[in-house]
Amino acid sequence: MMNIMTGAAIRARGLEKRFGDVRAVQGIDIEVVAGELFGFLGPNGAGKTTAMTMLTGLSRPDAGSIEIGGIDCSKNPKAAQHLIGVVPDESNLYPELNGFENLCFSGALYGMRRDERRRKASELLELFGLGAAASRKFSGYSKGMKRRLVIAAAIMHNPPLLFLDEPTSGIDVESSRMIRSLLSDLHRNGVTIFMTTHFIDEAERLCDRIAFIVNGLIVRTDTVERLLQPVHGRYALNVSFSDAAKVPLMDLERAFPLLEFHMLPGGELRVESGEALKTGALVRFLEEAGAEVTEAKKRVLSLEDVFVEITGIGAGHMQKEKEGRGRR
Amino acid sequence: MQAYYLKPPNVSWGLLFPLAWTGMFLIRSGQDSHSLLSVLPGMIALSVLFGTSSMLAVAVTFEKKAKAFERLLLSPIPLYLLMLAKTSGAVLFGMFNALVPVLLGFWFADLSGADWGMAVPAVLLIAVVSTFLSLLLAILATEVFEVQTLSNFVRFPMIFLCGLFFPVSALPLFLQPISFLLPLTYGVDILHHAIGGEQLLPPAVDFSVLAGFCLLLFMLSLRSINKHWIG
Repeated sequence: MMNIMTGAAIRARGLEKRFGDVRAVQGIDIEVVAGELFGFLGPNGAGKTTAMTMLTGLSRPDAGSIEIGGIDCSKNPKAAQHLIGVVPDESNLYPELNGFENLCFSGALYGMRRDERRRKASELLELFGLGAAASRKFSGYSKGMKRRLVIAAAIMHNPPLLFLDEPTSGIDVESSRMIRSLLSDLHRNGVTIFMTTHFIDEAERLCDRIAFIVNGLIVRTDTVERLLQPVHGRYALNVSFSDAAKVPLMDLERAFPLLEFHMLPGGELRVESGEALKTGALVRFLEEAGAEVTEAKKRVLSLEDVFVEITGIGAGHMQKEKEGRGRR
Repeated sequence: MQAYYLKPPNVSWGLLFPLAWTGMFLIRSGQDSHSLLSVLPGMIALSVLFGTSSMLAVAVTFEKKAKAFERLLLSPIPLYLLMLAKTSGAVLFGMFNALVPVLLGFWFADLSGADWGMAVPAVLLIAVVSTFLSLLLAILATEVFEVQTLSNFVRFPMIFLCGLFFPVSALPLFLQPISFLLPLTYGVDILHHAIGGEQLLPPAVDFSVLAGFCLLLFMLSLRSINKHWIG
């Protein structure tokens, strides 16, 4: 059974961090309510990890204040660290120890009694599908298994607040799915979760509220429902051409007055509508006007489109990062 | 300690190097018991110095690379306690290393007159001071070889300046003040009191100065960790 928090789990005001001339985090405010699953979404280098290291006490802010569960972290950082579990983006367990020993060691760091940590370690190994690998050295685990064990280690002491940095990046599909399901379970059990990610679909699926961070600044914080409101019930069609210069944009707007047309960087045409789109009529019109269509893809607008709209960062950029991280 | 004991940098610098030096001095001393007793304190100090600094370099660097240190810093344990626990492995390893010349000393010389009640705390303090000195250097480096290289800038001068194998009084006058700025001088001096060789200062002064060095180096290490790792 997890410990539960009430009130504000995290309250940060005017948080700032500089590295030389670079302002990695520029005076951000974060408030996470107890029991919430809060997503911190942004591209690589946006300041997500820097903000998280400040919130967890691994680095000190140059300016601003942080409270964890009502505890002022500048005055009593170790008391605040009792309340949190942290899953960094890279594994931080001992490669020489096996899964069971690593979990027991984690429990010992938080003062758990020997019999209690042995029982909890066995329980978590089973829960995370690692029971069979309990006596195997951590260095021999796959990436997905390592990430699962790191999460298990972070919740050994039943923290009411869990920080996760890119929990599913660079791991296999099965492990990702298992981690998402475990996070949902923890959330249902009342654990407050603060999660950084650049996987927009993951944030949309899991989080109650999301903050978009770009260049060290939070550009918007809201519930997923409210963020999705502008695109709710809207449809889109992305059309690619062999030569984008031949797209008759003015003619299209005249012929289809109820549709919205946007030329995207890279020569793609985005068509949006409040009603389901009829691809055939559009493609026929374009081809008759001399534009050779190479691909037309229908899609329902999502949080990704909202993110692009708010931050000005292309979805392609995030996709490239996603692919890059997946290859690591 | 178990995980880092047989790492190559530890085997070469922490075990082989002091063993080779001890062997060399034993052969050079031959059957001359007096000569052996005068170099035994130096051999013990050398074994402890290289043992602790190598073990510490390996442990800190490997844990930093594996991000295990970050996890320790995230735990609710106070930093000073974490570092005391983390360095205790190196201290124990250094003390264990000291057994090599001591056992060889028993074999080749008469150690019946040695004051072990003074020698053992001296070995402990030498282990602690060399561990904290290495910790201070290890905080600044990212690779084991960097720590070893940095450590050598401190370790090798100390072999010659701290009265390990010849008395500080035998050094040129302009070098002697430097000897008194190095903690090992005081540790070796206590061992000379306990085992044999030329003594410089009363043991109480040696113990106090050495303990002062331990405290100072530990405080400086904590400050450096706060600055470089927590920032």
